[in-house]
Amino acid sequence: MAAPVLRWSCPARRWILANIDRGPRHGRGSPTGSRSSGKRGQSSVAQQPLATAQKPRKGEHQWAAVVGLEIHAQISSNSKLFSGSQVHFAAPPNSLVSFFDASLPGTLPVLNRRCVEAAVMTGLALNCHINKKSLFDRKHYFYADLPAGYQITQQRLPIAVKGSLAYSVFVGKNRNQVINKTVRIKQIQLEQDSGKSLHDDLRSQTLIDLNRAGVGLLEVVLEPDMSCGEEAATAVRELQLILQALGTSQANMADYEIQRQIEELENGGEILNETRSFDCKLGCTVPMRDKEGKQDYRFIPEPNLPPLLLYDSASLPAGADPQQVINIDQLREQLPELPRVTREKLVQQYGMLPEHSFTLLNEVGLLEFFQNVMKETRAEPKRVTSWVLNTFLGFLKQQNLAVSESPVTPSALAELLNLLDQKTISSAAAKKVFEELWRSGGKTPAQIVSEKRLELMQDQEALEELCQATMEKHPQVVMDLKKGNPRAINKLIGLVRKATLNRADPTVIKEMLERQLSS
Amino acid sequence: MGKTNLDEFAMGSGSTDGVFGPVKNPWSYSKQYREKKKQKPHGENEDTNWLITGGSSGGSAAAVSAFTCFAALGSDTGGSTRNPAALCGVVGLKPTYGLVSRHGLIPLVNSMDVPGILTRCVDDAATVLGVLAGHDCKDSTTVQDPVKSFILPSLTDVSKLCIGIPKEYLVPELSSEVQSLWSKAAKLFESEGAKVIEVSLPHTSYSIVCYHVLCTSEVASNMARFDGLEYGHRCDINVSTEAMYAATRREGFNDVVRGRILSGNFFLLKENYENYFIKAQKVRRLIANDFVNVFNSGVDVLLTPTTLSEAVPYVEFIKEDNRTRSAQGDIFTQAVNMAGLPAVSVPMALSNQGLPIGLQFIGRAFCDQQLLTVAKWFEKQVQFPIIQLQEIMGDCSSVFENDLASVSLKQ
Repeated sequence: MAAPVLRWSCPARRWILANIDRGPRHGRGSPTGSRSSGKRGQSSVAQQPLATAQKPRKGEHQWAAVVGLEIHAQISSNSKLFSGSQVHFAAPPNSLVSFFDASLPGTLPVLNRRCVEAAVMTGLALNCHINKKSLFDRKHYFYADLPAGYQITQQRLPIAVKGSLAYSVFVGKNRNQVINKTVRIKQIQLEQDSGKSLHDDLRSQTLIDLNRAGVGLLEVVLEPDMSCGEEAATAVRELQLILQALGTSQANMADYEIQRQIEELENGGEILNETRSFDCKLGCTVPMRDKEGKQDYRFIPEPNLPPLLLYDSASLPAGADPQQVINIDQLREQLPELPRVTREKLVQQYGMLPEHSFTLLNEVGLLEFFQNVMKETRAEPKRVTSWVLNTFLGFLKQQNLAVSESPVTPSALAELLNLLDQKTISSAAAKKVFEELWRSGGKTPAQIVSEKRLELMQDQEALEELCQATMEKHPQVVMDLKKGNPRAINKLIGLVRKATLNRADPTVIKEMLERQLSS
Repeated sequence: MGKTNLDEFAMGSGSTDGVFGPVKNPWSYSKQYREKKKQKPHGENEDTNWLITGGSSGGSAAAVSAFTCFAALGSDTGGSTRNPAALCGVVGLKPTYGLVSRHGLIPLVNSMDVPGILTRCVDDAATVLGVLAGHDCKDSTTVQDPVKSFILPSLTDVSKLCIGIPKEYLVPELSSEVQSLWSKAAKLFESEGAKVIEVSLPHTSYSIVCYHVLCTSEVASNMARFDGLEYGHRCDINVSTEAMYAATRREGFNDVVRGRILSGNFFLLKENYENYFIKAQKVRRLIANDFVNVFNSGVDVLLTPTTLSEAVPYVEFIKEDNRTRSAQGDIFTQAVNMAGLPAVSVPMALSNQGLPIGLQFIGRAFCDQQLLTVAKWFEKQVQFPIIQLQEIMGDCSSVFENDLASVSLKQ
């Protein structure tokens, strides 16, 4: 069975700010007053408490954010949720559209098994109860990128409910104190994605691309248990990693929205209960479809799809065709390793700090890079960790590159670390080599060391002689040293190093000098 | 392959509301009808009093009735195949829901639609059913069980058969002629040894209203896709998407369709959903259970009228609006769609005016073969006459001089 792969599309969010009066705060995580239900059909009709409440004067109240989220993850399957057309990124417009996707009358939906498996696996990974019977509904609204005039979704009875997502935030001065948190998962439902509209204001026209219309989505609804943008972002990141372990996904967003709402309120504005989208280019959120006022989606059960029945080993009918049934227990057994477990293993196996395990997983491709380096080097895990998380990652971030775009391969870094480990080169030299690797690519560390003559001097006798010679040449400094000037030794070390063309380890030089001086 | 006319989007029971114009019943020009009418000789081009075919699949019924083709397909959501079959003197079969794929059928009410089969005799209908029936992976509502095509046995002994006559179907609006033929049919079965009993389908009186709510609700949903964007008529307005949608739909749908969409959307509003849609679904369940109970009590097949009367003249028919006529036309047929059962209209005899009258047989779910077997026996007993269209057919008179009502293969 192909591992279902998941991808983000634009997450929609529900944000409600709860008014906290001066006085005891409501506990974090418990929804105060109104909350977003996460379902567009319901929440838009649900409370807009801030519109009716008294407008606060500036500075009078303290606000505590209560954040709930609806996340739409695009299921990466070979074909769409209800039709056989392909799912593909960046295909020519309207080249992946079946008759059903274009809503030609007479076409009927046929449920894609892979998508159901993806939903069940996600539900299991998030500790949800999997509904053995779930239903499909039609949600009606008119929009150019929704050819049928309705979306097929699961409003009454979704495939998975009541789960939880554990995530960790790092606090403290050095952000190394970990606090473990949980956000409840309200439900996971299967639904269709819409097509794409491109508004061409210049020619007053809208271009519709239906390639995406009908692609399967998993909507994951998180209860408003998070109390700030950072928590929300962290939870979403963890969800993304989980979906990635089961498949792949991408996303960003969070902090901006809370700040915007606070500012608006403090300026006497009102918060519309709406869906906003993060515009990467503008770096801010912008309103999406206008959902102002009551939107009545006129839900009806989808008459062309019978109830979705899932089985477990106990309830599987005898002689059932394996092609026609899904066994939840079987999927549970086949679940890949989840991020939490991967991180625990890293800490155990390599003795690294928990926060390092998080960093390794948070960066796309970094864990694989690390593991590949580990395979080819004899260096200590702690050293490898440090080099990967500090030096390597630092270079990546500086140039805004992804791991996959790194000019330095794991083999190259492994080789470099081996040279360091064997004491063929010094730490400082290693850094130089790394810089050169990054800049030039193609050359091996050994080549660079050789070209730049960075090898540490192996000839101890020669080094001893150099030390001797240097001290003889600089009697004044030696005098200073004997007088007790602490900086004099560094000057001597520097001089010897220069003489060795930086090919001697300062620690070794210092040791030698001190020995010679004392003798 | 020929294309036939119908009421727009299969909404109607007269085949009079289509963009290509109304359909004329071939029996309007039959010798049988004209003789009875004893019309004063009119001018040759006088054709004002022609009769409707019934509907909504009137074109298909007319085509089969006039010997244009061996068989025709229609759709049956509330009786749209059986109604014109009865008025055009042909066999109209509505298979069990889920037996025949709906892939390719423009949906009216997804939970009730089935493709209908129109032929000149029951054997032909069985042949066509054998070709069409069975699982289609493109239609998730078709049953998975394999279906074998079949040849209908020729029943000689009906003594083991139990025929049910639902008492609620005896309505005041039923024409005396149809009622009389219905009685005659019941007596026929009895005289040949079958058990004929009166049964009750107690929720029958709620059926038409329930059907109306559910039909319009699904219609409102199914018609949402007609916006002119991907296919079909598109208006000239392009100032905004909303304006384009509104004008396109206004222009592209006739009054009947628009009326149903508006009704349906009303029933589906959040504040109405519970009281109308959900309520209607519950009543639907009761209606379906009525049939289950009757069949569980030993009844094999139900016998009812198909229509209230024989075909009426177009000028009469259009005096009432589509909704009224649909309610009248569907009265005996739509409960069957709500229960998903198989039913067939078989022509029995000509009325005093020389026009066809058909009766309906309703069977158990997925017992289409048994249903057709009974229908075939009945057909043989009544020997419905062949339409005589020589007057307008000119040299083709030889076609109508033989006894065969059908050109299908005989065993």
